[in-house]
Amino acid sequence: MSTTETDESELGTAGAQLSTAPQEDLGTVVPGSFGGVRAPGLGGGLAWTGREVWGWVRWMWRQLTSMRVALILLFLLSLAAIPGSLIPQTNTNAVKAQDFKDAHTTVAPIYEKLGLFHVYSSPWFSAIYILLFISLAGCIVPRSWQFVGQLRAKPPAAPRNLTRLPAYATWRTTAEPEQVLDGAQKLLRKRRFRTAVGGSAVASEKGFLREAGNLIFHIALFGLLISFAVGQLWKGDGSKLIVEGDGFTNTVTSYDDFTPGTFYGADDLNPFGFTLDSFTATYATSGPDIGTARTFRANIHYWNGADGKQQKSSIEVNKPLEIGGSKIYLNGHGYAPVVTVKDGTGTVVYQGAVAFLPTDTDLNSTGVIKVPDARDKSGKTDQLGFSGSFLPTAVVSQTRGWYSSFPALANPALILNAYHGDLGVDSGLPQNVYQLDTKNMKQFKDAKGNIVSKVMQVGDTMTLPDGAGSITFNGIKTFAQFQITHQPATGWALGSVISMIAGLIGSLFIQRRRVWVRAVRGADGVTVVELAGLGRSESAKIADELGTVVDGLLPVAPQASEDPPEEPEDPTEDPTEDLSAETRSEDEGARA
Amino acid sequence: MITAAAAVNENVAHISNYLVYSAMAVYTLAFLAHIAEWTFGSRSKVAVQSAALVGEQSAKPAVTVRSQGGTTVLDRPKVVTRTTASDRGIPDGPGAAGEDEQGDLYGRIAISLTALAWVLHVGGVVARAVSVERAPWGNMYEFSMTFGATAVTAYLVLLLLKKNVRWIGLFLVTAVLLDLGLAVSVLYTASDQLVPALHSYWLWIHVSCAIISGAVFFLGATATFLYLFRDNYEVGLTQGKPNKGTWAGIMNRLPAAASLDKFAYRVNAAVFPLWTFTIIAGAIWAEAAWGRYWGWDPKETWSFITWVVYACYLHARATAGWKGRKAAYLALLAFACFIFNYYGVNIFITGKHSYAGV
Ligand code: HEM
Repeated sequence: MSTTETDESELGTAGAQLSTAPQEDLGTVVPGSFGGVRAPGLGGGLAWTGREVWGWVRWMWRQLTSMRVALILLFLLSLAAIPGSLIPQTNTNAVKAQDFKDAHTTVAPIYEKLGLFHVYSSPWFSAIYILLFISLAGCIVPRSWQFVGQLRAKPPAAPRNLTRLPAYATWRTTAEPEQVLDGAQKLLRKRRFRTAVGGSAVASEKGFLREAGNLIFHIALFGLLISFAVGQLWKGDGSKLIVEGDGFTNTVTSYDDFTPGTFYGADDLNPFGFTLDSFTATYATSGPDIGTARTFRANIHYWNGADGKQQKSSIEVNKPLEIGGSKIYLNGHGYAPVVTVKDGTGTVVYQGAVAFLPTDTDLNSTGVIKVPDARDKSGKTDQLGFSGSFLPTAVVSQTRGWYSSFPALANPALILNAYHGDLGVDSGLPQNVYQLDTKNMKQFKDAKGNIVSKVMQVGDTMTLPDGAGSITFNGIKTFAQFQITHQPATGWALGSVISMIAGLIGSLFIQRRRVWVRAVRGADGVTVVELAGLGRSESAKIADELGTVVDGLLPVAPQASEDPPEEPEDPTEDPTEDLSAETRSEDEGARA
Repeated sequence: MITAAAAVNENVAHISNYLVYSAMAVYTLAFLAHIAEWTFGSRSKVAVQSAALVGEQSAKPAVTVRSQGGTTVLDRPKVVTRTTASDRGIPDGPGAAGEDEQGDLYGRIAISLTALAWVLHVGGVVARAVSVERAPWGNMYEFSMTFGATAVTAYLVLLLLKKNVRWIGLFLVTAVLLDLGLAVSVLYTASDQLVPALHSYWLWIHVSCAIISGAVFFLGATATFLYLFRDNYEVGLTQGKPNKGTWAGIMNRLPAAASLDKFAYRVNAAVFPLWTFTIIAGAIWAEAAWGRYWGWDPKETWSFITWVVYACYLHARATAGWKGRKAAYLALLAFACFIFNYYGVNIFITGKHSYAGV
């Protein structure tokens, strides 16, 4: 912007305030900068100290709200965002973060202290963006006032010497000066310039939307920050695994896990529910991506409100269902083998579907079945536990043993190991339903001491040794995993970002510029028209614009027949000579 | 029926591959023609003369005056423009060919070849899209291919608009060859459908905007890069360093540092709102797919970092003491972040976006 700066100093008010960007304060300060004269005595000392402190506070505030510090804070913000992308974050992927901690036992505690597992809510990250936003507030408030002032003010009067401006044109005309000025004002108004006549010149200015856009953009950043904060504080987020045919009601206890925001609790959950009627999945059956999912759809019935009517709907990936203020997303799916377990006394102690969690895209799934109510032959409590895998398309190979080669149910098989003893479910400690704690359990072995295990197809039964009971594989159901989120202020966030883009477009594509037209009667009685334009340094179009103004003005102010002799043919001659001499000396002055 | 359709698709995919390989062959010819252009240009006497002129002018660098628009109507008053202090008064170089006619001829051949290669390249992209029956940017191979085509499109459009961008030709063709080479060798993925999470019209909007932004940022970064060298050279000139040798011979044919800087600023600033929109479109899509519009996923984080560094650059341009080289470094850093977000994050970091990986 050095042009504008030189121009501003050269042109005085004419070039001033082409934008509301804060001026750089490059002066250095030392103790005693602000205190001024120190009067004798305690009162004088106090007054001096007060002035000094106040001066420093103001100085620091000016620094904080300067463009340079804004720049540095922005840069710091980008740097600070990096570690969070390289180190697994607890809030995005708790499992991965834990794995990382387990694998790097030496650095993990240090990272933990530095908040590197939750970078985006760490004190240092917050400090940077809070400072940035304070700086932003300190920047836009005065700029907005300044802008309002500029909107009210008239375009600055024409500088004395128009030839010094970045774009300049002149000619001699037969028209009267008043006619020319009148025509110029009409023309510029038509071109949507704001105009003002001062003496022998018309001053005009255009492009205020640039400044407006810039302010809107920066204010909208605040809107976005606030929406984001509100969205985080009042959000509720939980997940639920539902087997075909089962349902869900929106209460804290029905979630598998639920993480509320700071200001969102059990009472805020809106009453709705749904049942999973069926789940459809289709997969690529050929090509290199064989087995890759094509569509997932959960077909559901839902109701809204305590006595809402049942409605049919479906949820797909990318197509969440919105009920009240909550959205239900489809997150995953898998299979739940249906089994019947009989204990040593021959009673059915368990019957139902158990979800097995997929471990890969071919839906190799693992799971456990816990039967706490089982008794042995003699009627003594002897809890049963099964762990193993479910394979939708079971194949066997030398190297891998049994595994699934395709995610659909082409050749389903259930492979289980059986245990008996104490499941530990009564110990009071919270237990993972997908893990079997075999610490106090014994694995069933047959008479020869081999582990009892069986690859079961639908209809098969695995009998446990010593008459301990049996397990029958009755069928397969599908399950779907849902995420239910309540996130307020997304609409505000969207509004903010739309304003941001609109503001940016105004700020970056519109040029603020000034045009002056002067018409005076020369010594020989012929009117001399002078036009000059000034824009910000980035605007190259100012010359073109001035050209069109010249064209528009020519009908009002036709050129006088003979060209004045002083109008140079080769532009490197006349005004240039003295101009370059002048500017050079100024440049040297500036450099020195 | 289904297998017949699959076979057709497979054929079209093969056609796409042939077209891309042919495009690479023609780009290589364009590359050689550009080399010839630069080589002949360096022999050109006029280039040396104009260099001498530059040397002389820089002795008194204050202000030059150009006239504009005086040619259309003979009598029309001329608009005289005063160049700015940051211009140093050093004019733009004559371009790669210098004033050498043979060099110029090769330059024209290079541009024609680039245009031909572009036709083949775009054909390859379209055939790929037809074979997969979706937007051609579902994986890194397709993204790279489309990215290259878009960069060349931007260049050809600027040429058609009669902008002074011929100087970028060699660098662009080189980069596109590298991009395609990497795409066909390392990143190649046979054509197929997408996983359900990518089935969304936001894929069209979000990724196409990302590609356009990246292609234009690339042009800006190239100009910035050259600006740094040319700026160095000009500083040398004003300090009276001899304007001789191969390096000076190359440098003096480039546009002036001020022009390169301005070009870089314009393209970066022009596409910044689009990049902003890209991120927002991504957030809207994430909201639809994953239930949150922003979750600091690595890809999101690096888009944010790229955005903030470009915002830094725009701020730097408006701040005294940061214009020029410092701002240029920021612009290059911002582009490096963009590239890292594309290659680095896809390959080294796994996040929710990683299924669009290698
Ligand atoms: C929250 C972080 C911020 C972001 C993302 C941001 C972004 C931007 C962007 C993209 C521009 C370019 C638009 C243009 O060139 O007209 C811009 C311009 C500007 N910003 Fe910021 N900004 C931020 C904070 C600030 C702060 C704290 C200040 C005050 C010190 C500030 C003052 C300005 C000014 C004065 C301009 C206009 C420069 C000109 O007229 O060319 N910004 N900002």
